Amino acid sequence: MWDETTLNMLVQGVGETLYMTLMSTLFAYLIGLPAGILLVTSAKDGIRPRPALYKTLDVIVNVTRSIPFLILLVAIIPFTRMVAGTTIGPTAAIVPLTLSAAPFVARLVESSLKEVDVGVVEAAQSMGASDAQIIRKVLIPEAVPSLIVGCVIAVTTILGYSAMAGFVGGGGLGTIAINYGLYRYQNDMMLVTVVLLVLIVQLFQGIGMRLAGVNDKRKK
Amino acid sequence: MSQPIIEIRSLGKTFHTQNAEVHALNDINLSMEKGDIFGIIGMSGAGKSTLVRCINMLERPTEGTVLFDGRDLSGLSNRELREARRSMGMIFQQFNLLMQRTALGNICFPMEIAGADKAPAKKRAKELLELVGLSDRAKAYPAQLSGGQKQRVAIARALATDPKVLLCDEATSALDPTTTRSILALLKDINRRLGITIVIITHEMSVIEEICNRVAIISDSRIAETGLVRDIFNRPKTAAAQKLVYPEGRYSQRPISKRCMRIVFDGSSSFEPVIANMVLENKAPVNIMYADTKNIDGKAFGQMVVQLPEDKDLAQKMFDYIRAKGLSAEEVSDYVG
Repeated sequence: MWDETTLNMLVQGVGETLYMTLMSTLFAYLIGLPAGILLVTSAKDGIRPRPALYKTLDVIVNVTRSIPFLILLVAIIPFTRMVAGTTIGPTAAIVPLTLSAAPFVARLVESSLKEVDVGVVEAAQSMGASDAQIIRKVLIPEAVPSLIVGCVIAVTTILGYSAMAGFVGGGGLGTIAINYGLYRYQNDMMLVTVVLLVLIVQLFQGIGMRLAGVNDKRKK
Repeated sequence: MSQPIIEIRSLGKTFHTQNAEVHALNDINLSMEKGDIFGIIGMSGAGKSTLVRCINMLERPTEGTVLFDGRDLSGLSNRELREARRSMGMIFQQFNLLMQRTALGNICFPMEIAGADKAPAKKRAKELLELVGLSDRAKAYPAQLSGGQKQRVAIARALATDPKVLLCDEATSALDPTTTRSILALLKDINRRLGITIVIITHEMSVIEEICNRVAIISDSRIAETGLVRDIFNRPKTAAAQKLVYPEGRYSQRPISKRCMRIVFDGSSSFEPVIANMVLENKAPVNIMYADTKNIDGKAFGQMVVQLPEDKDLAQKMFDYIRAKGLSAEEVSDYVG
């Protein structure tokens, strides 16, 4: 099985998987990071409580998080076509992956920012910091190690979902696993794709934890 | 007298909880002069932390006003208030340093907030580190510093924007006695050298005694008593003040027959065995109920409670003896040791 075609296919599969995962993570953070910040600042004990805004965001996040990924994948096909111009291939898969990961990312960001000591925020306020300065210079920098850990969780989760997108022609290792491993009973191919996915997860986990450690100044 | 730097007028703060209204502060009137080290003391829950937060409007008072340097803070817009807060440094019990910034970075922080240029800010931060005696720890992160060092960084940070007032919220309560003394000495030094008015919130009378010149005693959300530390320490009038000033806080409303004398050593007498001499002269024993005195530069500081003989004349003689020595003595018939 280790002919050039197969190898090329696997290399392409890895490339597509990384592309889908990283792009989806990026877009999910573009939506989820501001949403997470708003969830923290508009909460009752936040720096600018806005109960109506908080409640609305909270409900949106909970509802979108409850939709199973496979259902979302199919349900938003028209939207995917509108945004990506197609409904198959890795670029198309980025749309549902982003939409499904964004609320999850919002919650991850929210919980990271909530770890920041309220006393530090109060100290910044006592120095005359504005809300925007508190977000930029206190909440986010102080939460960096935790935000990185959250990002690793997001990446690995999206990676798992990207394999699911392979079921409906999303491309990447997921598609290979299904087309060869499942439909053609090529168990060795299935094994190879799984091993590759495990290696990718390990890689992200390793890099992420290292980055989080280096950036954590809270330890002696 | 010059205009007070902080003037609090009939200030009140009410918190609305789900089922009830909590009056954290009630009709507070205080005035602090430039250069004062003003202590606000009270038991936990008395409202002192809320009071200090009302001074810089971290808590908006529900009634009354706070005048800072003649300016009514409650009437300011958010932007003006942020501006005004730069003239008021604040330090906290838990230090509240940015854990992800070095000592130097923490001190630069308020200057960054105020929009200062990086290079001069860094230079100023280094000067401040030197002022608090930590020039060698500029690159250390808070997690690498001891409690006392963290509070020194916090003090330097609070001074970065050249404030007129330094608010200290239980600044020494998380520190051991030796470190507490060194932090208090630093605050006193800052007050003297830079002329910054300091407001100290504490529950420890020893802190007030050590550095404050004026004190307000807060009890049940109200100011019970206010005045010079010396006066209140020598002759506390209200029950709240007596509770804090009298040793161990074992003050009881119920008078008992035993006659006791409380002697205050305020540094005006030299460190001599005054009790022993009194006993020798009157040839009658006394029972020492409580003593907490220390010898600072050959002067006696602190207080002592002795139980006097039942004989009224003899007791009076002892009072006269103590007073003749230049010490302040008062009868505390209801002291329960």
